[in-house]
Amino acid sequence: MIGVRKILIREEYCMGCKLCEINCVAAQVGTENLIKIFRYVPELPEPKVIVEEHDYITFALQCRNCYDASCLKACMTGAMHRDPRTGAITVNEEKCVGCWMCVMVCPFGVVKRNVKKKKVASKCDLCAERGSPACVEGCPNEALVLIEVRE
Amino acid sequence: MRYVIVGSGPAGLSAIEAIREVDGEGEVILITAEKFVGYSKPLITYLLGGKVTKENMYYRTEERLREINVEVRSATKVEKVLVDERAVVTHTGEKVVFDKLLLAVGGRPFVPKIEGLDQKEGIFTFTTWEDEERIEEYVKRRGITKAVVLGGGLIGLKTAEALMDLGVKVTIVEVADRILPVTFDKKASEMIERALETLGCEVITNDTVVEVRGRKAISSVVLKSGKEIPTGLLVIAIGVRPNVEFLKGSGIEVNRGILVNERMETNVEGIYAAGDCAEFYDLVDGQRKVIAIWPVAVAQGRVAGYNMAGRNVRYPGSIPMNSVEIAGVPTVSVGHSNVEGEEYEIFTYEDGRTYKKVVIKDNKLVGAIFVNDIDRAGIYTGLILQKLDASSFKEKLLAEDFGLVYLPREFRKKMLEGEMRIWLE
Repeated sequence: MIGVRKILIREEYCMGCKLCEINCVAAQVGTENLIKIFRYVPELPEPKVIVEEHDYITFALQCRNCYDASCLKACMTGAMHRDPRTGAITVNEEKCVGCWMCVMVCPFGVVKRNVKKKKVASKCDLCAERGSPACVEGCPNEALVLIEVRE
Repeated sequence: MRYVIVGSGPAGLSAIEAIREVDGEGEVILITAEKFVGYSKPLITYLLGGKVTKENMYYRTEERLREINVEVRSATKVEKVLVDERAVVTHTGEKVVFDKLLLAVGGRPFVPKIEGLDQKEGIFTFTTWEDEERIEEYVKRRGITKAVVLGGGLIGLKTAEALMDLGVKVTIVEVADRILPVTFDKKASEMIERALETLGCEVITNDTVVEVRGRKAISSVVLKSGKEIPTGLLVIAIGVRPNVEFLKGSGIEVNRGILVNERMETNVEGIYAAGDCAEFYDLVDGQRKVIAIWPVAVAQGRVAGYNMAGRNVRYPGSIPMNSVEIAGVPTVSVGHSNVEGEEYEIFTYEDGRTYKKVVIKDNKLVGAIFVNDIDRAGIYTGLILQKLDASSFKEKLLAEDFGLVYLPREFRKKMLEGEMRIWLE
């Protein structure tokens, strides 16, 4: 049994403001300053959190760090692995060859293709470097909350 | 307790990891015919094409296996299983006794009868790292410029791509009326064929190799149609069969593959099988089959490992699925996607670049194909495996914004809260 950090999604609180997406992009380029990053930072990466909306339902969705993760089982290179430090499933871009098996099996559809440089799988790592997930910190309505669960 | 694992592919290695999760003490012996242990077989075409380093061929290392106290016997072939003595016999005649045995022996390439095939240089099958070394050495030493790949399946196409990366001109010969006849439908096959042709690869369908010519080494192949193609290399990639001949007369039940129950146990108590050599049920059509793909091997290996170590875990079955990027075109095919008949409801989306298709039967998603736009394909895989009733959202499946938001609220809630286990129960 280990304590694993997870992001809890509360769709009833989500307003669909998409600040989580912007905070994710900002965290990836290493800034806390959201104002005008779209104007001043060239070639912004894709957000690793997706806001889904339809009718009156909206919610933000990022990697669930599944206990029994399909992506881990499907990865034929060993690139997809669980970071022993954070417990988050993480992609070793050095090893990934872009076979997209993880994209094929993720039931949440949150592993994406990053084709900007080398073709590699890309997913949320709970902001391993930053320490605390930017999407959660930036959510004004607590529709995303960081919790720790025992597995 | 002594566990003997035969085979070091994904089924064997994930079984070992599962055993060690439960039992840190028992003796684990891994016997494998391979010289290299812990490498990823699907990467051999990437290695040939220079797209992966030797170091990155390994998805698990022998050091790691030793760390978790596994005795590794590489380059050792198991030739017999003695059910009554509870032992396996290796090619050197050594008997290795077991309490629990896992057969994760994978498949072996199928080679058809072709005139003039025997004892000529330049003819290869391509399923192991050692094959890769032989092919790479031959291509470089002989300065091969032209090659024929027999078989237009996934291995054949990835082989063709790798050879083209080495500057070799490649002709693919496929007996069916199109490439990827098993994995994809006609439309998807056409798109991939076009992409291959733009890379300079010749694709010949409705034909096959009937004769190999040359003295010491191959110099040309003759097709059924009568056409002769000069070539310095022939790679036979028409398929892989479960590696089960050595079990004949052992008392272990074999059909196409080794028959297993939902615990991955064979008819002989304490003997298990998993991966490309095992035959289990298709989750969608309920038919027994060998589904020789990586994620199934890993999942089955884990189930086998847990059960061998004393847990009671069931494997729910799986579906065929494949994801591969060929000639720069990413593709995904999941479940029963190449089907026809009144019982199926089929939706497709097409523009110049993208092709998407979903197949519904009895209001449940049973198959899907994606060409070029494969993002979020996993949602569809999950829906097939969960057998969720799709009546409320089937019209939306190919909508650009399709996602979890269209699924019934209760189902979505369970998914998001992690209550749903898709691969293992």
